Amino acid sequence: MALLEVENLHVVIDGKEILQGVDLAVNAGEVHAIMGPNGSGKSTLAYVLAGKEDYAPTAGTVRFDGRDLFAMAPDERAAAGLFLAFQYPLEIPGVATMTFLRTALNAQRKKRGEAELSTPEFLKKVREVAKKLGVDQEMLRRAVNVGFSGGEKKRNEILQMALFEPRLAVLDETDSGLDIDALRIVADGVNRLRSPKRAFVVITHYQRLLNYIVPDVVHVLAHGRIVKTGDKELALELEARGYAEYQEEAVA
Amino acid sequence: MNVMADVTVMKTAAETALARAYAQARSGLPGDGAIAAQRQAAFDLFAREGLPHRRIEEWKYTDLRVLMREAKPLATPPDAAAKARAKAAGKLLGDVECRRLVFVDGAFVPDLSDLTALERGLAVTSLAAALADNDPALAGHLGKLASGSDVAVALNTALMGDGAVIRVGAGSTIERPLHLVFVAAEKPVATFVRSLVIVEQGARAMLIESHEGPAGVDYQVNAALELFVGDEAHVDHVKIISEGSEALHVSTLAAAIGGGARFNGFTFTTGGAVIRNQLFVKFDGEDTVAAIRGATLLKGKQHADTTLVVNHIARGCQSREVFKAVLDDEAHGVFQGRIIVRPGAQRTDAKMMTRALLLSERAEADNKPELEIFADDVQCGHGATAGALDRELKFYLMARGIPPAEAEALLIQAFLGEAVEGIEHAGVREALMEVVADWLETRSRAGAEVEHA
Repeated sequence: MALLEVENLHVVIDGKEILQGVDLAVNAGEVHAIMGPNGSGKSTLAYVLAGKEDYAPTAGTVRFDGRDLFAMAPDERAAAGLFLAFQYPLEIPGVATMTFLRTALNAQRKKRGEAELSTPEFLKKVREVAKKLGVDQEMLRRAVNVGFSGGEKKRNEILQMALFEPRLAVLDETDSGLDIDALRIVADGVNRLRSPKRAFVVITHYQRLLNYIVPDVVHVLAHGRIVKTGDKELALELEARGYAEYQEEAVA
Repeated sequence: MNVMADVTVMKTAAETALARAYAQARSGLPGDGAIAAQRQAAFDLFAREGLPHRRIEEWKYTDLRVLMREAKPLATPPDAAAKARAKAAGKLLGDVECRRLVFVDGAFVPDLSDLTALERGLAVTSLAAALADNDPALAGHLGKLASGSDVAVALNTALMGDGAVIRVGAGSTIERPLHLVFVAAEKPVATFVRSLVIVEQGARAMLIESHEGPAGVDYQVNAALELFVGDEAHVDHVKIISEGSEALHVSTLAAAIGGGARFNGFTFTTGGAVIRNQLFVKFDGEDTVAAIRGATLLKGKQHADTTLVVNHIARGCQSREVFKAVLDDEAHGVFQGRIIVRPGAQRTDAKMMTRALLLSERAEADNKPELEIFADDVQCGHGATAGALDRELKFYLMARGIPPAEAEALLIQAFLGEAVEGIEHAGVREALMEVVADWLETRSRAGAEVEHA
């Protein structure tokens, strides 16, 4: 059984059907890229998986590790090993990054029946992870994402991913707005975590990121449906030809 | 005969009872002839105006004529049992090391207070003793700041029985915070405490006042504190209002801040059925830096009104006002803040911000910030917001595995943190955030019970 099984997923937002029957199966150990033009429903798919309010499905099912994802609250999904790297990570004034990370990690561990980490244990772990990813310790001393540059915010998402060690990480346009150095840091963070037990869904508009995170499977999402699936060559094709044919195809 | 007498508004039961209480107590209240005259003048103001009501602009949201159905009898001196119970008071501050001065039902209790080894420059006595002894410290101070047209203050002046009288001599630094612990024992009585604190030139002190009492008893508190901050002095004032569930609490801080001074004020409001917290602060001397902040946490049907008047009289003073309120259930939070910049107060820099966080659709926040500026070279601003918790932020926290109640608690703590962080004393800051955490814990437990029901 696949780690993530999406079947005939329909989602309506503000009266408009954004996802019109998405089918997707991601096995542990795989990296899937989902590419598509703007407005094709890529971010909607990411939010539905994470459990955002108002992003409830009108039809279809999603199974995560065999469990009905829609029966789980967002925090339960996170504890079960689902991680979403936000396209626009939020700033939380007044909440220290360290407090946030420790509260989140221990909440997940508690829900999984694991022992919570003591403060020294936690500090050791977070420092190790930050060091590996080349994240400045100074960043950890500030309030969550407050005053961070776009690149720092994305790096903070990758730091969280590395700290929480999810089973499935969904990266929603993590490459957008990043320069080449920041892109390498993000890709490096993902590649370090690749393992036979873990899967990634990398949502992106551009092929560029996929030079660094080489996908096993590439899907094209257009008009709320997966319209084509291939290997990494498909990403290069899209880069060369653009999305025009998919937009027309879907209209036709 | 005065024709106007014919159109006097009907007195409420509470007003009649207060007049009777004053008439009966008058001869036994402490103080000499001059004090008696002050009391009488204050009482006359009350007799003319009656209890403040909604048509008085300053009391628009807190109609005492309606909220104060009856006036409780004046408190009698506490008995041994009441004193014994009061020993546990002031626990809210955790293990912050303070010099405690304890008042039970408005009366100073030396046995429970710490008057040993007073620091050099520190003088402490009770108001009752100071009035009885004609203490020279009172002359020129008592009643100088708590005057004017406010009827709640007038009632306090008319009926003041006891309180603290503290003087910090010029240049003295008092390291240990002074903690005035006001405790209501167990009877539904009324107390009128008046304190006077004089911090002379160049002195340094921290003053904490806490007000607490038993749940389920509808006692009434009217407390006033006159605070004189001398030139170049540095004073922190923290007021904690944590009264019992049925209590009516009206308190007033009237402060005059000298030149080149630092003043850091904070009010933490969480307990009581009806609370009116009045802060009247004036800047008499030039180039003073002041912050006046507050945090309010209300639930159930609690009503709390913070009314602040900041009077910039001298030039070059800076004041920052930050008030945050968290309102759950059907609670009603009021913030009225007025900054007045007098014609001579050039180069005033004053900024006031008030924010209310509504945790329930039935909770209500009234914010009324006002600026009255009569000088032309000033920087002044104010802002007010009221809204629900940010759902996007809550989702972000939940997407990281944090359960909803905990996510809300984190956001609420962060919201209040902005105000609480202004307290300079780390121990007091942490103790108050601990109270916030407990409040949130109770809230999430209550929420869980509702879900199970």
